Amino acid sequence: MKKKRMLLPAVAAAAALVLAGCASGDDAPGGDVDAPGGLQIDVPDVPMLESLGEGEGQVNIVAWSGFVEPAWSDKFTEETGCVVNRRVAGTSDEMVTLMRTGDYDLVSASGDASLRLIAGGDVAPINTELIPNFGDDIVEGMKGQIYDTINGKSYGIPIGRGANILQYNTEVVTETPTSWDVVWEADSPYAGKITAYDAPIYIADAAVYLMAHQPELGITNPYALDETQLAAAVDLLKQQNAIVSEYWGDPAAQITSFVGGTTVVGTSWEVLRKLSGEDKLKGVLPEEGSTGWSDAWMISSQSQNPNCAYLWMDYTSSPEVNGAIAMNFGMAPANAAFCELSDEAAAHCEEFNATDEEYFKNVWFWTTPIEQCVDGRKDVTCTNFQQWTQAWLTVKG
Amino acid sequence: MTTTAPARVDRSSTAGTRPLSTMLYRRPRLRLAGLLAIPMVWLVGVYIFSLAMMLVTAFWVTDPFTSKVKPGFTLDNFASIFTTPAYLATSLRTLGIALAVTVVCALFAVPLGIFMAKIASPWLRGVLAVAITLPLWAGYLVKILAMRITFTEEGFFNWALAPLGITGPGFSIVTVILTLTYLWFPYMAVPVYTAIRQIPVNLFDASADMGAKSWTTIRTVVLPLIKPALLAGSIFTFSLSLGDFIAARFVGGSTQMIGSIIASNINLNPPMAAAFSVVPIVFVLLYLFAVRKSGALRNL
Repeated sequence: MKKKRMLLPAVAAAAALVLAGCASGDDAPGGDVDAPGGLQIDVPDVPMLESLGEGEGQVNIVAWSGFVEPAWSDKFTEETGCVVNRRVAGTSDEMVTLMRTGDYDLVSASGDASLRLIAGGDVAPINTELIPNFGDDIVEGMKGQIYDTINGKSYGIPIGRGANILQYNTEVVTETPTSWDVVWEADSPYAGKITAYDAPIYIADAAVYLMAHQPELGITNPYALDETQLAAAVDLLKQQNAIVSEYWGDPAAQITSFVGGTTVVGTSWEVLRKLSGEDKLKGVLPEEGSTGWSDAWMISSQSQNPNCAYLWMDYTSSPEVNGAIAMNFGMAPANAAFCELSDEAAAHCEEFNATDEEYFKNVWFWTTPIEQCVDGRKDVTCTNFQQWTQAWLTVKG
Repeated sequence: MTTTAPARVDRSSTAGTRPLSTMLYRRPRLRLAGLLAIPMVWLVGVYIFSLAMMLVTAFWVTDPFTSKVKPGFTLDNFASIFTTPAYLATSLRTLGIALAVTVVCALFAVPLGIFMAKIASPWLRGVLAVAITLPLWAGYLVKILAMRITFTEEGFFNWALAPLGITGPGFSIVTVILTLTYLWFPYMAVPVYTAIRQIPVNLFDASADMGAKSWTTIRTVVLPLIKPALLAGSIFTFSLSLGDFIAARFVGGSTQMIGSIIASNINLNPPMAAAFSVVPIVFVLLYLFAVRKSGALRNL
């Protein structure tokens, strides 16, 4: 009982931030605090670290490629004596599996992994007081988001974020597309030359399109789909399946697909466009908005090296290191102070819209779909990630 | 006298210092157990045990939220293979791909084998043998990516055939079959070539003397004699194709295979993945059963 009383206001505050950061204008999931505040998720009670002790001499990290590099981890080892052992993971599912082994202290979790980790008791709440660099400079849109803040406890230290953009080949697609309709509608002029992301979470992209084009479905959050809404999204995906040239799961494959001419338009990341090195490829955030991803450090509930892990989270939250990670990976940094460090940093922030909350207002960050509707509806059961996976496999079947 | 005494001493000292070999010599069963212990531990402990564990998992349930596996008993995972049209279609498509790869490999292997074994000069034979087996030295992923570059829209295939007005299959099920044929061809070509080499030349002469044309000779003389080799090769090409999904992912466009479904479920819903992994096992067992029925395995 005592737990609940303390949690409700905190959840409401977190939900308000979700609304501010995620929802776009009128179709926000309702202004009443009660709806999202009702999102009480039963999570295991894992204690958080009370005070910082001596470093253990090492820290084991599961991370996306480019998040842990000698360029900044060597200096960390020099300063703290903690040797950094890195394990690169390719997908969110892999990260969840690796974290469950208990062999790792930290993970750079995306929103579609974090809720699963929290609910599974695999990660511990974070004592942000032990992380001085986690402060006012963290961009608004990344504070207290639903995917890393549950029942008022913070489970993640933001690293960076990015949107899934609509990328197109200007040699074929001569007019800048303003809508995602070029990749969804059967009569698209680019039918047969379209690429789509090869993962169940891509269903949310269909849902974002449906939010704008079929309002009668009543979708207010692409990660809260009841069975009718999921079926509508799957129908749209099946329609798209007929005009898709290729699904991409591997970033390198997506780049060769665009460069080799197999694909001329489709979903992409800003960093992939940059990596392709082709000036003919351009990206745009269409009027319907888009999905996106946001990554955060999370600490294992079985961490053997909690002190080094906290030191790492603090170290990487500094404007310099956070910015270095963001520039290396190609994303918007979580720490806005980085953008004022140099001209190069400012240019990077500009390119990736780091502090442009207007831009990210239309971006729905990946969140694990769960049975409790994250848009606050209580009269229906939403579809969970397993159902999404099954549904996704029927799209290509 | 003086020579036998040290010899006797020697023998007794040998027996004294090698009790293990003496014991093994006297007990054949222990000898057998010692010989088989390590391979059996590997086969039973690692291979069969993990397979059995996987099959057991297929009956377990997954927590829908945390996707943690909990022991239980449900047949839902197996049922969904049959009740979900997409799953059934994917299973049958994979079966079709595996059979197509096997047929294409055999169609390439027989003429090539005859040419290499009976017509080519020793020097050319050596070159061809190297050419067939050399791709085995290259990485699996490298070969698939090479096929990806070949068949991309502005790739080698379209470029080379553009003067003839032919455009390639792009990334589709056809490309998957071609890629898998490329990957597994040596497993078919090598046994077929070896079998054809063992056919005496005078059988060809006898056939020709009796008025058989080359096709008749192949059909009535060569094929019956190399049937065991063809079937042995086909077991490789068939079962390896059934399990593959990387080719579908990189050159398949929107092609989905059994492996794609297993890979999608392996982290989120391991019981479903385990249930689905039974499908290729069943296909291979049915295939082996059909092969055995034909009597070909007796000659292996």
